[in-house]
Amino acid sequence: MKPFRYERAEDISGAVATLARERSGEFLAGGTNLVDLMKLDVMKPAVLVDVRLLTSTAIEDLPDGRLRIGAAVTNSELAADQRIRARYPMLSQALLSGASGQLRNLATTGGNLLQRTRCAYFYDTTTPCNKREPGTGCSALEGCNSDHAILGASQYCVATHPSDMAVAMTALDAVVRIQGPGGEREIPVTELHRLPGEDPERDTTLEHAELVTAVDLPPSTFSASSTYRKVRERASYAFALVSVAAALQVADGVVRDARIALGGVAHKPWRAHKAEDAMRGRPAVEESFRAAAEAELAAAAPLRGNAYKAPLAANLVTRTLLDLSERR
Amino acid sequence: MTTITERRAIGASLDRRDGPQKVTGTASYAYEHRFDNPLYLFPVQSEVARGRVTRIDASAAEAIPGVVAVLTHDNAPRLADTSDQEFAVLQAGDVAYRGQYVAAAVADTLETARYAASLVLVTYDEEPHDVELRADRSDLYAPDHVNPIYPTDTEEGDFDQSFSAAAVKLDQTYTTPMEHNNPMEPHTTVALWDAGDLTLYETTQGPHAIRGPLAQILGLDRNRVRIIAPYVGGGFGSKTLHANTILAALAALLLQGSPVKFALTRQQMFSGVGYRTPTIQRIRLGADQDCRLTAIAHDVIEQTAKTKEFAEQAAVPTRMMYATQSRRTTHRLAALDVPVPSWMRAPGEAPGMFALESAMDEMAISCGLDPVEFRIRNEPEIDAETGLPYSSRNLVACLLEGARRFGWTGRDARPRARKEGRWQIGTGVASSTFPVIRFAGSVARISHLGDGRYVVEIGAADIGTGTWTALAQIAADALEAGVEDIDLRIGDTALPEASVEGGSSGITSWGTAIFEAARVFRDRYGYSPAEGDQAEAAARDNPEADNYSMHAFGACFAEARVDTDTGEVRIPRMTGVFAAGRIINPKAARSQIIGGLTMGLGMALHEESLVDARFGDVLNHDFASYHIPANADVGQFDIAWIDEEDPYVNPMGSKGVGEIGIVGTAAAIANAVYHATGIRVRDLPITPAKLLLG
Repeated sequence: MKPFRYERAEDISGAVATLARERSGEFLAGGTNLVDLMKLDVMKPAVLVDVRLLTSTAIEDLPDGRLRIGAAVTNSELAADQRIRARYPMLSQALLSGASGQLRNLATTGGNLLQRTRCAYFYDTTTPCNKREPGTGCSALEGCNSDHAILGASQYCVATHPSDMAVAMTALDAVVRIQGPGGEREIPVTELHRLPGEDPERDTTLEHAELVTAVDLPPSTFSASSTYRKVRERASYAFALVSVAAALQVADGVVRDARIALGGVAHKPWRAHKAEDAMRGRPAVEESFRAAAEAELAAAAPLRGNAYKAPLAANLVTRTLLDLSERR
Repeated sequence: MTTITERRAIGASLDRRDGPQKVTGTASYAYEHRFDNPLYLFPVQSEVARGRVTRIDASAAEAIPGVVAVLTHDNAPRLADTSDQEFAVLQAGDVAYRGQYVAAAVADTLETARYAASLVLVTYDEEPHDVELRADRSDLYAPDHVNPIYPTDTEEGDFDQSFSAAAVKLDQTYTTPMEHNNPMEPHTTVALWDAGDLTLYETTQGPHAIRGPLAQILGLDRNRVRIIAPYVGGGFGSKTLHANTILAALAALLLQGSPVKFALTRQQMFSGVGYRTPTIQRIRLGADQDCRLTAIAHDVIEQTAKTKEFAEQAAVPTRMMYATQSRRTTHRLAALDVPVPSWMRAPGEAPGMFALESAMDEMAISCGLDPVEFRIRNEPEIDAETGLPYSSRNLVACLLEGARRFGWTGRDARPRARKEGRWQIGTGVASSTFPVIRFAGSVARISHLGDGRYVVEIGAADIGTGTWTALAQIAADALEAGVEDIDLRIGDTALPEASVEGGSSGITSWGTAIFEAARVFRDRYGYSPAEGDQAEAAARDNPEADNYSMHAFGACFAEARVDTDTGEVRIPRMTGVFAAGRIINPKAARSQIIGGLTMGLGMALHEESLVDARFGDVLNHDFASYHIPANADVGQFDIAWIDEEDPYVNPMGSKGVGEIGIVGTAAAIANAVYHATGIRVRDLPITPAKLLLG
């Protein structure tokens, strides 16, 4: 690990200002991903600005029915919160399907959103990787890529985003609150993460020294009929091969609305708008669900090692929606 | 052979004597021994798979405060014996595999050493490398023998004629991937060179077993080398001598008087401390109208390193497992630019029996016979390989008892016959076997402390298996004393010589020595010894080894549930029944079998070291990406023993149980997955991808 400077600030503005002055630095919260990456020399920040005690650890009801989650709320606390469990069960399920109890006790909401890909080449500093070292090439493109992306990838990067929580938040239309050198702003979580394009070194649309301060969830409309389902070869403690966060509204046997987001298939949590559109107004039966899933996955571009992901994702979406439709 | 008639301690499910120390953290593992001002070593590993180091610039590393040395092949102490290239650490610039140690930083903190190591600039003259094992390689060769001393090939009867004449035939290829042992405690050495004496606090399966080679390599008198290893956090075969120990010793020689600590990171566990070779195994079976095997062929292709040969004995169990009138077994190797493969729990049996027992399942189906009945029908009278009768062979009893416990009777043999919701459910069975191995050279010393209390000393290892408890039980019965009267001392070369904890041989080898020492002690001093009376004796060779073939057997039954939509496989229950002679401590033995079944489950569903041939090393070198079973993967284990009296194996009547638990497990699961889905996966591990695309 490269030696680094450790800084604390009085408040969020101070932390932002401190990091803004540095060329190379990162905010530190739970550290469950960042510290590992530093040990492996994958990330070599010159300074860490500790924000663990600065951002909110509260989950607050807002007057308009929204729920605001402070960036420092741990994954364990968020998963266990009664409001989350009652109104946004898919989010609680997603959190509990990720990592281990020990990690969830440390990992924060803001940090979980910003965790970096688990592509093995990204982790191995002896191999080329455009995300780690821009311009060196993508080793996974022609290498071991069974875990890699089938949607939205580029010739520069085929990595996937590893978060479960972010997939559920993507389905829930969460909004990310950000404070940076230029002030505060809000963006939909769907606009936080990027597709790799030509610059896969950028995971998100955040600018330097911008800090996630909270995540707002819109009022819940799907709580009774929503779920998170994660597929992995090991029953726990593994990243998703493919996961789905899904919610369904059915009336008189017809799909009124749906939310579908996929994990493990792209450089960002993948909101399946095509599938959602294909379903609305259709009978809530297996054929509709499968047609919707296949509409979304028509664009899938499998690599040598991950051809299984498209049928897996189609099966998973179909089955999950079918289960939801049969719930009541 | 002398056997005792009354056993009081042997057979008792005693709690581990070292349990309280382990759960309170006072049992010192290698890294935990305390020293004043220790130094820390962090290695620099080759980034090419083949070539030569042309230049090492350590100036930036050496400039870091706290760095005391950067070892390279230019300044490392010279070894006395470099004939074994695996151990010729930092003696020349040659690179034989990616990940090989090419330098090491030593500093006053671990963090400083690690940072310094990252600053060492190594320049290579890179040569093309070759790391791909394929069946169509033109350079496959037959080794002189396979491990440890078995013939490479065998031929019995006329296989070609019998196979072509068979009424029912199978010809299939089964493959297993590279797998890495990964004990919980990574390989660790604390080396101290002081006034001509080298002391190593070491994670090892054999303190004496590594001392001899180590002393020879370093050019030291073996009596000036001491290895201390009271507690070892698992080994699974990997904790024999490897380059990491040599590297720590070299640093200690250079930095006289300072203890040098070197513990591998998990990532470093994937290069240079051994692994199971990938295998490509062709099995041919022929049977007559009565479902009796007439022809068996098992042809194995596997890899070794160019620098050193390691020939896994994957087809060896096939030589004696079932009766047939003709049989052929072969082993062929590809020598590659890779680290040297090594021992991993049930080397030979684990991959070999996956192939054979999968094929037996397929053959039973082709014959229209229940897989349990098919195996029983092909039970041999004698060991076909040696021509000897078995000292005891209770495979049939294991199969029948397992079938009864598992609820096998009445099984609908058709695949895809059972479904619950989205889960397809199937059951499978496989046989297990492991030889009874006794290594020569173990010596035990017994001293009377007075009042009927005894010190029993032998340099044996406890790698988490329960040696501390089991040997005390054996000593108690051998001396006709109480277990509480035995003060056992193990894990140190200052104690009498002991053979390695490997090949499930520990209890047989060391227990025999303890029995012999007890016999000598009683012959000399009787039953009222004086305080300080002492006797020492070596285990003798077993004369019955020339008269009997000695193996443990078992049967593994598994239930598999496969998600029809996702290909996820879950194993809610397994039954394992084993015939392993007398069980010294059923509680500890059960733990061994739980571990074996769990590791077999991982072999079936999870474990696979991925090598990107362009780079040549293992890509998924951490536990986030190299998967072994977690708690949620393990369902119910029903474990039972066949009551087996074997007067020939050793004075205890015991057979080792450290490895047999893994042997049939992967095949039992693969057979259950077939029964559930109708998809036969012949290529481990059985992943959702293979089932979805199958």
